[in-house]
Amino acid sequence: MSYVSRGFRGKRRDAPDDRGRVPPGQYLTDDFPVLSAGPTPRTPLEEWSFAITGEVDEPRSYSWDEFRALPTETITRDIHCVTKWSKLDTVWEGVPVSALLAGVETAAEYVVAFCDGGYTTNLPLEDVASGNAWIAHTYDGEPLDPEHGGPARLLVPHLYFWKSAKWVRGLALRNDDEPGFWENYGYHNYGDPWKEQRYWGD
Amino acid sequence: MERAAVLGRLTWRLAEVADIVAETARAATLVLEVDGWPGHRAGQHVDVRLTAEDGYQAQRSYSIASAPGERVLRLTVERLDDGEVSPYLVGELRRGDSIEIRGPVGGYFVWEPGAAQPVLLVAGGSGVVPLAAMLRRRLETGAATPMKLLYSSRAPADVIYANELEQLADVDGIDVIHTFTRSHPDGWEGYTRRIDAAMLAEVAWPASQGPAAFVCGPTRLVEAVADGLVAGGYPPASVRTERFGPTGG
Repeated sequence: MSYVSRGFRGKRRDAPDDRGRVPPGQYLTDDFPVLSAGPTPRTPLEEWSFAITGEVDEPRSYSWDEFRALPTETITRDIHCVTKWSKLDTVWEGVPVSALLAGVETAAEYVVAFCDGGYTTNLPLEDVASGNAWIAHTYDGEPLDPEHGGPARLLVPHLYFWKSAKWVRGLALRNDDEPGFWENYGYHNYGDPWKEQRYWGD
Repeated sequence: MERAAVLGRLTWRLAEVADIVAETARAATLVLEVDGWPGHRAGQHVDVRLTAEDGYQAQRSYSIASAPGERVLRLTVERLDDGEVSPYLVGELRRGDSIEIRGPVGGYFVWEPGAAQPVLLVAGGSGVVPLAAMLRRRLETGAATPMKLLYSSRAPADVIYANELEQLADVDGIDVIHTFTRSHPDGWEGYTRRIDAAMLAEVAWPASQGPAAFVCGPTRLVEAVADGLVAGGYPPASVRTERFGPTGG
């Protein structure tokens, strides 16, 4: 049982329509807070590439121009940060990860997203290959700001937002599940916001 | 079984408010007694959960202010006028009340005594809280690590831990440098502007000394300082950041 905080009422800012869209322990914000563990990397686009590596028969690499020539989708999704804020109806454009993986021969069951700045995060391959993940390059109609992960970030909105790795440079396919950056520092290995999987053991 | 024991589950614990200390007009330190607190490292934070009578709950994260060796756990909270949790913690909460907490959380933005490299701490506003925990950790362990705190506030009245920082500045190997961005005392000869590259060049340890940097504050400050340090030769991996957005609180 939870301890009742004497005199606490809360603000309950979510409109009735939004109930059911806000996972447990989250609150709504209209801002887009920035969270990252270190300085913002700024890789020139001519040096940027996106790689599919690891347990694949033939690794792939896309230059920025090749990547931007791929068909994109416009995605409107709610996003949920483990630091408790949720933001509804965020609008992105990006390349479906399923398209980047199309035709890739692999027995891998996991991926590690790797990034400029050294950040990594791990996910089951199925979570990024089945149409629920994108490499996003546009937010709200504008090129993705470096503070928010530009030029491109992984977008996996059904998991806590640390899984949507900023400054992503590729996916390494793996046979085993290797915890990423925050997953090594006590955050949940999978991170389903609806099950409130914030930390180890949740 | 053993793995579960090592990883541990972060359970909600009841923390009793032993005291509330006003720090500024908007910030207060909650002094908490927590049965079975597992201990923490300087720089970590906790989740706080409040529950209304009808079961409605709200959670937020707050940095731990106390050093790991202290008998009590201290959180310093800044009241945000449009916030949901902070106005309760700084305003409604009384000595003898309890709140639910779980943690400690976060293992990257932490400082451990032992490393000889000098440490640069850069704070904006209530971003000083986890950095103060690092200074207190240094003091309680007797570490000789050189530490510098560069602390940006709007005005002297907004400085959190003002008296303690003044005393810390007298400790060998600890420097405290203030900058005031809105108003400053008469006769103040220190900095009166936002932290910029020129200020960092004057204050920060030279990159050649292999310093570690911890930067905590609002996003604009953190971005400017992290960029400035990298431009000044700090390897990106030596600059650890934590953001304090004025969201929701």
